Amino acid sequence: MPQSSDRLKESASQTAGPYVHIGLMPNFSGIAGVFGTDLGAIMVDEKTRGERIDVKMRVFDGADQPLTDALVEIWQADADGFYNSPSEPRAVADPNFTGWGRLATDMTTGECVFRTIKPGRVPFGDGRLMAPHITVWIVARGINIGLHTRMYFGDETTANTEDPVLAMIEDRTRVPTLIAPRDGDIYTFDIHLQGEHETVFLDI
Amino acid sequence: MKTEASGLSNRKPETEAFFPRDRDWHPPAFAPGYKSSVLRSPRKALLSLDGTLSEITGPVFGHDILGELDDDLIRNFARPGESAVGPRIIVHGRVLDERGKGVPGALLEFWQANAGGRYRHKREGYVAALDPNFGGCGRTVTGADGSYSFRTIRPGPYPWPNGPNDWRPAHIHFSIFGHGFAQRLITQMYFEGDPLIWKCPIVRTIPDKAAIERLIAGLDMEATIPMDACAYKFDIVLRGRQSSLFENRLEGN
Ligand SMILES: [Fe+2]
Repeated sequence: MPQSSDRLKESASQTAGPYVHIGLMPNFSGIAGVFGTDLGAIMVDEKTRGERIDVKMRVFDGADQPLTDALVEIWQADADGFYNSPSEPRAVADPNFTGWGRLATDMTTGECVFRTIKPGRVPFGDGRLMAPHITVWIVARGINIGLHTRMYFGDETTANTEDPVLAMIEDRTRVPTLIAPRDGDIYTFDIHLQGEHETVFLDI
Repeated sequence: MKTEASGLSNRKPETEAFFPRDRDWHPPAFAPGYKSSVLRSPRKALLSLDGTLSEITGPVFGHDILGELDDDLIRNFARPGESAVGPRIIVHGRVLDERGKGVPGALLEFWQANAGGRYRHKREGYVAALDPNFGGCGRTVTGADGSYSFRTIRPGPYPWPNGPNDWRPAHIHFSIFGHGFAQRLITQMYFEGDPLIWKCPIVRTIPDKAAIERLIAGLDMEATIPMDACAYKFDIVLRGRQSSLFENRLEGN
């Protein structure tokens, strides 16, 4: 036997199941009075810097039906491209923006809409700037391990062309699965779990 | 966000990328024994990426978000003077990373069925009775050494639509935030000695028996409260950061 690394193993993931709302959005699920508010439901206030946008998301299964029981979390930089996190080494981010949001997809339509701001650009490991993007994490019944992906902005054509992560996608026909078209102040990001338009998911 | 109480301020924030995830240890996306995964599993290869700032960073929650009864599911939904029905238990343990270091300031959120195996949810269809004094949700933030504890009732097992007669073992769902978004994890805790564990199609999505055993909380007599509550110990391991040897030596670990 070769020497082992003595590292612990990460706890194995298990599905969030159909009742994830009870734990993560109890007020949404009708359990009032335990927690004051559902964490992550409101991302911006009047002091937050940056351009207000709405990001509308849906998650489709392999039969092209939108999931009405999914939970989506997003994580993004502030308007200047800084993260509100102790692990952000470059600068202190906008104190009026946590950068983190959490919503359930609607139990009828499957839609969720994040009211947020457009993030600034963040450098890749080698210093090149990435295009503005939002990190997305999806859990639901039937999803055994949370799915990570990214949403890029449809009106950032030049930045998207230079983006080092989008450039890593070998099958170029799949790049558009990460790019949300803009209509007014609304970006629409449709995530496809499988099938012809399967979204590019990340192992990060 | 406040970090003082969590012990985060005692440490230099870590900014390294995480060890890659061992995807063979986790359940695969497509696990047909669990039927819901069939239409909800990506089939193409994931795009592997060294963590960038977007994944190395993550939101951190301070103890100031917590209410007094957030970690007491026996009382946090109960009418004044009443409490939830069921075997009273304490669940406690530590959140560690792969390097064995405690993770301070980790937000844990948990949810569960009541003692009869029934969830308080619009879409719940099991005939078992609701408990008017049990909501089923709680949360806490780990202390400086990564430790946590909460009080609840032991949930019941329940049948669910999958195969003709599938039952979930008693379990508590856990959601965990470490310090980086790449550490984000949802899992479930099972109870030592429950024979339903090894029959459950959701448990069995995990390919490795050793990985399943790490999700089983052991009875912990030393943490029980006599004449009050039994106790189970459940440690959770999050991904660790690739810190250099030099850094480790400086910190004295
Ligand atoms: Fe459950």
